[in-house]
Amino acid sequence: MTEEQRQSEQEETFSSVSLATRDIHLAFGDNRVLRGVDLDVEKGRTACVIGPSGSGKSTFLRTINRLIEPDKGDVLLDGVSVLDRDPDRLRQQVGMVFQQFNLFPHMNVLRNLMLPLRRIRKLSADEAEQEARHQLELVGLADKAGSRPGHLSGGQQQRVAIARALAMRPQVMLFDEATSALDPELVKGVLSLMADLSKQGMTMVVVTHEMGFAREASDVVVFLDQGVAVESGPPEKIFDAPDSPRLRQFLSDVL
Amino acid sequence: MDQLTTLWDTFFNWQSMRQALPDMLKTGLPNTLILSIISALIGTVLGMLLAMAGTSRHRWLRWPARVYTDIFRGLPAVVTILLIGVGLSQIGMKVWGPNPYPLGILALSLIATAYIGEIFRSGIQSVDPGQLEGSRALGFSYSAAMLLVIIPQGIRRVLPAWVNQLIALIKDSSLVYFLGLAAGQRELFRIGQDAAANTGNESALLLAGIFYLVLTVPLTHFVNFVDHRLRQGRRTRTGPPNADEVLMVAGETPLPATSEGTK
Ligand SMILES: Nc1ncnc2c1ncn2[C@@H]1O[C@H](COP(=O)(O)OP(=O)(O)O)[C@@H](O)[C@H]1O
Ligand SMILES: [Mg+2]
Repeated sequence: MTEEQRQSEQEETFSSVSLATRDIHLAFGDNRVLRGVDLDVEKGRTACVIGPSGSGKSTFLRTINRLIEPDKGDVLLDGVSVLDRDPDRLRQQVGMVFQQFNLFPHMNVLRNLMLPLRRIRKLSADEAEQEARHQLELVGLADKAGSRPGHLSGGQQQRVAIARALAMRPQVMLFDEATSALDPELVKGVLSLMADLSKQGMTMVVVTHEMGFAREASDVVVFLDQGVAVESGPPEKIFDAPDSPRLRQFLSDVL
Repeated sequence: MDQLTTLWDTFFNWQSMRQALPDMLKTGLPNTLILSIISALIGTVLGMLLAMAGTSRHRWLRWPARVYTDIFRGLPAVVTILLIGVGLSQIGMKVWGPNPYPLGILALSLIATAYIGEIFRSGIQSVDPGQLEGSRALGFSYSAAMLLVIIPQGIRRVLPAWVNQLIALIKDSSLVYFLGLAAGQRELFRIGQDAAANTGNESALLLAGIFYLVLTVPLTHFVNFVDHRLRQGRRTRTGPPNADEVLMVAGETPLPATSEGTK
């Protein structure tokens, strides 16, 4: 695909790809955190991962972009294993959004976006600034370009973090409890931005405690418990007719 | 009454001070500045490298950094200066001739490296691990993330401690006196000391002390200013950002913000 084609395609939608994990295992010492996790997300679809705290959700997300190397198993993008690719290149194509935003506090918002655009996508200063402002506009924060992250609300910071990740033109986006650190009144704005991305055809894996979002915005929901994908399926099935007792217990605890 | 006059004369004999003043200005002050500034520059650069080694993922870099720091922080400055200045003087004589400055500066730099390295290391390690994870998730390599994101943040935090170290360096520069200085090589302390010995009162030494205070007290206040600024968080700046974000620490911090404030 040429650069122009990719650019024009990017305007409204994304050049996303399908994502699959196969039998992912990972242990921290004796602690077997992931014990064979499979996930299938079709191109442009959204999967939500739910489960109790400590069940391995964050760890699982990090094995997808190889922030943590799995002990065993494979991750496939568009059917191709990522394990023999350069991890830095891979992470550019798999965007990730964190609970704590992880914006660079010593740079203003514009520079937060421009730094990776210049250093990773190797854009010129002008191109990078243009692209950064464009991405900020898409998340409705063009007027915050000159502000430090610390001067923004949590919701605004998270939208900047999403814009920064999208500026890398990822093919897949991972969200690790993106709204858990936000004040309740700010959650909605971030969730609706995520729902928009989902509608526009981004392939997404979303770890969330927002069951409303999981029900409304996802195509598939995975219930992870003690490192095992105990149950997965379309949201109606998972929320309205759960099979396993553990999922039923979990849902009655959180809903 | 007589004793009080003598006591006063011991410290505040204007005549002795006036006699020492030209040497202090023309010889002592420049020499003290040469010793401290060059050592500060070398100590800061090497300290940066030491901190990077000390925070490395590789044990074979961390371990030597640890040993170096322990040794040069653990020894009294005067011992290090004598060991290096006297111990290597044979070699120094061949390379530079009979000038104690290169070895004195070397010793001061090596000491400063250990302290400054430790200051930078603690700064780097105090940065939230999420910053590294966030950078790597964008596609930065480990070294790029360290250089562009982690180290600049870590150093900002410890700038006050770094300035404190520069103050210590100015004071420690007086210790090169132990290496034996020719007339033109004397720094502030030595000139004060010589004059005190000649006049039989301590006034010139007191004058040297005043010179040190003139150098160090503004720095102390500069530390407080920097510290305050870092705590407040600097205002945002208008205008297009600079091309490079690399280690803007030194250049950026003292700049008064041409601020648009925050909206
Ligand atoms: N870096 C780590 N080192 C050791 N243990 C870890 C690490 N990260 C997570 N764990 C452990 O792995 C388990 C799963 O953690 P995590 O993936 O964060 O769960 P979740 O995101 O579902 O709450 C927990 O028992 C946690 O203590
Ligand atoms: Mg988690």
